[in-house]
Amino acid sequence: MSYSLKENLMKEERLSGGHRMCAGCGSPIAVRTVLRALEPEDKAVVCSATSCLEVSTFMYPYTAWKGSFIHNAFENAGATISGVETAYKVMKKKGQLDDTWKFIAFGGDGGTYDIGLQSLSGAMERGHDMVYVCYDNEAYMNTGIQRSSSTPHFADTTTTPAGTVIPGKLQKKKDLTKIMVAHGIPYVGQTTFIGNFKDISEKAHRAIYTPGPAFLNVMAPCPRGWRYPSEKLMKVTKAAVETCVWPLYEVIEGKYILSYEPKQKKPVEEYLKLQGRFAHMFRPGNEWMIRQVQEEVDRNWEALLTLCNL
Amino acid sequence: MGIRERLSGNEAVAYAMKQINPDVMGAFPITPSTEIPQYFSAYVDNGEVDTEFIAVESEHSAMSTCIGAEAAGCRAISATSSCGLCYMTEMLYVAASDRLPITLAVSCRALSGPININNDHSDVMGVRDTGWLVLFAETNQEAYDNYLQAMRIGEAVGLPIMVCQDGFITSHAIENIELVETEKVKAFVGEYKPQHYLLNKDEPMSVGAYATPVYYMEAKRQQAQAMIDAKGVIKQVAKEFEEMTGRSYGLIEKYMMDDAEEAIILMGSSAGTAKEAVKQLRAQGKKVGLIKIRSFRPFPAEEIAEALKNVKAFASMDKDDSYNGHCGPIHAEVCTGLYANGVFGPKGIGYIYGLGGRDVRVESIQKVFAELEQIAETGQVGETYRYLEVRE
Amino acid sequence: MSHLAKDMTPDVTWKDITPGCNIFEGGTSAAVETGDWRTMRPVIDWDKCRQCLLCAPVCPDLSIPVGPDGKRGEFNYFFCKGCGICSNVCPFGAITMVKEAK
Repeated sequence: MSYSLKENLMKEERLSGGHRMCAGCGSPIAVRTVLRALEPEDKAVVCSATSCLEVSTFMYPYTAWKGSFIHNAFENAGATISGVETAYKVMKKKGQLDDTWKFIAFGGDGGTYDIGLQSLSGAMERGHDMVYVCYDNEAYMNTGIQRSSSTPHFADTTTTPAGTVIPGKLQKKKDLTKIMVAHGIPYVGQTTFIGNFKDISEKAHRAIYTPGPAFLNVMAPCPRGWRYPSEKLMKVTKAAVETCVWPLYEVIEGKYILSYEPKQKKPVEEYLKLQGRFAHMFRPGNEWMIRQVQEEVDRNWEALLTLCNL
Repeated sequence: MGIRERLSGNEAVAYAMKQINPDVMGAFPITPSTEIPQYFSAYVDNGEVDTEFIAVESEHSAMSTCIGAEAAGCRAISATSSCGLCYMTEMLYVAASDRLPITLAVSCRALSGPININNDHSDVMGVRDTGWLVLFAETNQEAYDNYLQAMRIGEAVGLPIMVCQDGFITSHAIENIELVETEKVKAFVGEYKPQHYLLNKDEPMSVGAYATPVYYMEAKRQQAQAMIDAKGVIKQVAKEFEEMTGRSYGLIEKYMMDDAEEAIILMGSSAGTAKEAVKQLRAQGKKVGLIKIRSFRPFPAEEIAEALKNVKAFASMDKDDSYNGHCGPIHAEVCTGLYANGVFGPKGIGYIYGLGGRDVRVESIQKVFAELEQIAETGQVGETYRYLEVRE
Repeated sequence: MSHLAKDMTPDVTWKDITPGCNIFEGGTSAAVETGDWRTMRPVIDWDKCRQCLLCAPVCPDLSIPVGPDGKRGEFNYFFCKGCGICSNVCPFGAITMVKEAK
């Protein structure tokens, strides 16, 4: 069935308003879009790692989750949802349930790339029928914008401040999507918010309805941490894709498929200049930083094209 | 009449699990509890249970999967020891505060460092304030019997429960044991029917809230009440268990305490050694006795105070140290229990003993009684923070 | 004893609070007004709106309802925090951000 934004939006939302995420936050956009990918008749248990998302969506007694929801801790959304999924298997086996349930975990990049990586890796390796969605905003935003292994090279965060000696984060961003591919799971997707949301919606649907473990990495900008005016969210994600900083692709049963190839790959400045966290890179004398990021992006993009046989 | 068998403590616990046929087990290997998931995996792979076994990548994930499964509406179990229990600690708090009656078998072992695989109680004592119910076993039989009673207790009050035995001493030693017929076990333990659960299609449920200071304390007070209520439940379940098996259990076991003037209080397998010491001293006409703690959480403060009120001197024996420069956890809780119950007469000392598998012999216990006799005679307590049989 | 979220008011006692602070309903945050965070207010010009719906999926606060007729409706100002993403993606300039009058 071909994608229609209208049909997609006519489905019932599974996240309620009244949550306390910041104005313009990318995370609830990712969540509501992924959850709309569920078939209306299917039920779902959602798990969230401790994060902005979690503390803002379930501040007692107000839950923004319309279906069943479990939060456990920061580092164990993978293991927790795998326990729920296993319970479902048993209850189904015993004839205690007849509905179809799906299992979706959300974690920020801190809870996924860093502290929750082991738990996620274990869950993926064990083959649970679940989807893990990382809403990647490239730092520990809930505690106040500290660097994570997902934070991009040279970004200015509160634990990698652009100083007079050290110019922001010295390390490159970890490539978690490829780490997940290396688990040999049936579905891995990398996406963000673009245009009519076809890319993310279709990937979320495939992730949910591919039997076995699936991983979805969603770039979900944080206006506060990235320092751009909140209304520019879609401009930022578009620039990330057009500069190939955040390529859209998926890996189905080990086969790399490029989802989108920019007609004219834009220079990284087009992405970096939109955000205050990279402002220091534009100061005179720091041109080398932009050059280095461009080289890194070029290298990663070429490698991805090779993997996609392009 | 039960079934006579010869089983190690680990095997007995695994067998109890098999008889109960729980829904989900999430477990990770660690000496000396490893055998429990090993035995259980064999039951799973041979189709002897309906349980799904989750071979997780860590104890942290073991408890995390149990939390997910129990919240989903299933009976979830695990087993661990030592550092594994430490690694679960964060999740133990969550299991208790989410009010999920998970059952955890613990084969107690010392903590690093130095690394040591032998028995003491440092692991369980380290997590004593996580909000779990904690039962200790003296023998393989008790480990088995406690396991059969555990789910009834945990599920009645909505708290998770640890069933502890001493690593190697009972976990690996083979003893005669009387098993309960499986049909009787199933009838005794019953089905798990939670009132609220994630996989209820008619009622969505949200678990794991962020609670502001407005609500947090009320939630914790309610949790504290569940622990208080558990005392009655443990006794009630024990009563029904006795009707089924003839084996009687309480919060504590008193051994020759009726006219005792000197007493020791301890937990776990050393109670067997202590009973022998008491018996020999009684034969010499000495009025000595033993209090064995079965339920460490809830702590039987009133029962211990009542049992100690007429003794002249007592020693609390801790198989771990609080490193507070003062005393171990049992001694601390016994002393507060006496004070809270208006028992001021007995003189008390604390012994740290048996750390990292240090052998505890009948003579070791008799040495403690000799000290107590002197304290009773002279009224002089001396040092209250003592290490038993450490080389000076 | 009620287990309803609406009864878990700030004066609920320890005896009545839901066990584990668990909630046995979905979407109880619908009672929470986040619209009062707003400093800028999106205003739609229905003459310009062509119902392309590009504004609806980008809303973090579920404040742009799409009805069964497949058309977007008026903003839900009870939830809308005024982030302005919708105004920015509208290809027809139909959504204007205006200063919130307090």
